[in-house]
Amino acid sequence: MGSTGDRRRRAALVAAAGLVPAAFLAVFFVLPVGTIVGMGFHPGALVDVAGSARLRGIAWFTLWQAVVSTVLTFVVALPAAAIVARYEFPGRRLLRAAVTIPFVLPSVVVASAFEALGLSHGLVAILAAHVFFESAIVVRIVGGFWSNLDPRQEEAARLLGAGRLRAFLEVTLPRLAPALLSAAALVFLFTFSSFGIVLILGAPHYATLEVEIYRQTAQLLDLRVAAALTIVQMAAVLALLLVQRALSDRVSGEQRLRAGTDVARRPRTVRERAGVATVAGATALVLGGPLAVLVVRSFSPGGGVGLGYYRALSTSRRGSILFVPPWEAVANSLGFAVVATVVALAVGVPAAAVIARRRGGATRLFDSLLMLPLGTSAVTIGFGFLVALDERPLDLRGSPWLIPLAHALVAAPFVVRVLVPVLRSVDERLREAAATLGASPWRAWREIDLPIAARGALVAAGFAFAVSLGEFGATVFVARPDYPTLPVAIFRFLGQPGDLNAGQAAALSTILMAVTVGAVLAIDRFRAGELGEF
Amino acid sequence: MRRVAAPLALVLALTIAACGSGNDANSDSTGTAAAGKPVTIRLLTHDSFAVSDRVLKAFTNDTGITVKVVKAGDAGAMLNQAILTKGKPLGDVLFGVDNTLLSKALDAGLFETYEPKALADVASEYRIDPTHHATPVDHGEVCVNFDKKAFADAGNPPPQTLDDLVDPRLKGTLVVESPATSSPGLAFLLATIAKYGDGPDGWEAYWQKLKANGVKVADGWETAYNGDFSGGSGKGDRPLVVSYASSPPAEVYYADPQPADAPTGVSEGTCFRQVELAGILRGTRHEAAARRFVDFLVSKPFQEDIPLQMFVFPVVNGTALPDVFTKFAATPADPFDLAPATIGKSRERWIQRWTELVG
Repeated sequence: MGSTGDRRRRAALVAAAGLVPAAFLAVFFVLPVGTIVGMGFHPGALVDVAGSARLRGIAWFTLWQAVVSTVLTFVVALPAAAIVARYEFPGRRLLRAAVTIPFVLPSVVVASAFEALGLSHGLVAILAAHVFFESAIVVRIVGGFWSNLDPRQEEAARLLGAGRLRAFLEVTLPRLAPALLSAAALVFLFTFSSFGIVLILGAPHYATLEVEIYRQTAQLLDLRVAAALTIVQMAAVLALLLVQRALSDRVSGEQRLRAGTDVARRPRTVRERAGVATVAGATALVLGGPLAVLVVRSFSPGGGVGLGYYRALSTSRRGSILFVPPWEAVANSLGFAVVATVVALAVGVPAAAVIARRRGGATRLFDSLLMLPLGTSAVTIGFGFLVALDERPLDLRGSPWLIPLAHALVAAPFVVRVLVPVLRSVDERLREAAATLGASPWRAWREIDLPIAARGALVAAGFAFAVSLGEFGATVFVARPDYPTLPVAIFRFLGQPGDLNAGQAAALSTILMAVTVGAVLAIDRFRAGELGEF
Repeated sequence: MRRVAAPLALVLALTIAACGSGNDANSDSTGTAAAGKPVTIRLLTHDSFAVSDRVLKAFTNDTGITVKVVKAGDAGAMLNQAILTKGKPLGDVLFGVDNTLLSKALDAGLFETYEPKALADVASEYRIDPTHHATPVDHGEVCVNFDKKAFADAGNPPPQTLDDLVDPRLKGTLVVESPATSSPGLAFLLATIAKYGDGPDGWEAYWQKLKANGVKVADGWETAYNGDFSGGSGKGDRPLVVSYASSPPAEVYYADPQPADAPTGVSEGTCFRQVELAGILRGTRHEAAARRFVDFLVSKPFQEDIPLQMFVFPVVNGTALPDVFTKFAATPADPFDLAPATIGKSRERWIQRWTELVG
């Protein structure tokens, strides 16, 4: 047993760790959002919003489509998470990496692929696109956690006569619950604040609060209505997060986690093999279909077959300053993604350590605040940057740093949600044993928590990287210097008529896909090497 | 692990190096712009701004003024960011406010007054700010474009006027952009208002007929043109789309090999005139340099560069046009037009009403 002195020191360390994320959040979220909402806030506007049938309809649509999208995403992605976690099969690594591709693609590109598949507009297209985008969250977060679970408990249940389904429902599912809740919260937040997909595929009949806030802020500059809608959106998100927290406090317990490498095995029976093949095939078809449309398009210049669009990428037809050599767009994207990932980890890891250890009301609020940027309108955050961060030394307006910082704001919640269930699962007795043996709290954390957390941290890093590659968050709306990334270059091509422009957009999208898979595979590989050690 | 780490570290280092130079504009405090004395100014503009490398470099060589481009979304979002940051501007010069938004910019008092000499050579229909806060730089006409092949195959003549679009024979053939989220969408709505007048018996009645005739609404130009339109590079099935009078030359220019004729045409009786302007942002610390840059925007090198960079037309009289424009661009004789103040007074109300009727 550790002495009270050790406990106190440990508590102090945990509290100190919370300062970095708290400061980051205060400067880059609370201040900007507080300023812009403060500029427009008027109690009467809340009454107007509540009284408007159109805005009530938008709020209701936002909520129900997010619930339905979340459920559908789990239906599609959970089987894939299971096979990736439990079975070793050819293409497993690639599948785990490739599910991230849809996540980074610009909405307008995905919409054009859906259009080609006959899903052009309307509700079905919106829901399908959400499943397409968010499956990565379930496969990677639930799958990652799952592959850390000791399969022997489940095997024991089966030996004791439980059927496959019963063993899953009664043994595996409860143990997976923390990761399921984490993934569900993220998918819900992403679909609740869905912007591009709803704007494009939902026009003109469907809108989310996020779309309406964008319209009120960026197009109409009606800060009064925008502030009221932002408050409604944040209140809904906060309520959801508190429910999520309460549930996850209930389900998370310490349990034995193992390195994932020795858990997966080859499918043994014919039935297992058929099952794995069916799930892998179905997932590849659902997520790969729209991607294939884009890849094929990029290799079909003028209706033929060839590399014409790719060749066109490297020649500037107009000698424009806006011409971007593809390698430069790739380098810009990767550079911003690296910075965003580092910042997201620097903010998210200490935050997760604090949240995993403490359960008081203050921690709960801190946790929810950290998640809030994900459920807050990107245009509110972006315009907030402009009005709040306009004094030195924080005048980041027009600075390239604004881009990765905004990305990190969206990526940090991923780090927290991935790490908290993992850290919570660490057996407290291990820590106490280490303390008894004379280890300092820092050493105990490094030796016990860190190795287990490393895996989660890498899953999280993969997401942070993808969030930045896909240019999520406030950056698309706000004044930014001309460092064209891949998505920005894609928009540029899509903005003008002409076959070469459309083709080059498809070619750049294909390059973005390749860069994503490459980066995520590299991060995954790094992970496998690290964990072989324990 | 090391293999991955090394290139990433390099990228990181490069990014930091690149970022390090990002604040030049702030740290630079020279207010004059005598040639040779280096000044950096920032141009706040929308995502569609473009200029030749060569032309911009020549400007820097001649004047010692370096221009940093800051992009801020579409024209509407850019203007609103400029209004929000009034007094501590995001740039020294703003380019890309158009006649549909001009009154909003002027009412907000965003610009310093400036009247470049070259303004005398600009045709009067483009000189829409008599107070000289904003200088016209280019114009383009928003018009219905048609898929030539689709109409030839069907043996029908393509529509020429707004009235033609409600012909039952054209049911389900038109895609437009929402005026709530798209600048050409707004221009097309304004064309119908200019033609049929305000009120329930005017444009509202026309749009009800359009709706009955199966008009499709997309969020923005990209979706409408690339996704729904069947002509040119469009991949959809509707032969009519709201686009620009200069879209046909882009279809020729951006094709490999270039076709002898444009695959799309322009319905010249459906056009609305758009004029884009530039202004010096109040609060700039580089007013002299900013004036030189506005002069540059209406100078011959920039004006001649406009068509192939932004696919719109120069405003200065006598500017030579590239072949692809003289051959394939439509130059509607008498496009619809509304005074900026008229638009400013009712824009929000019209969009709101349109959303109730159609959206």
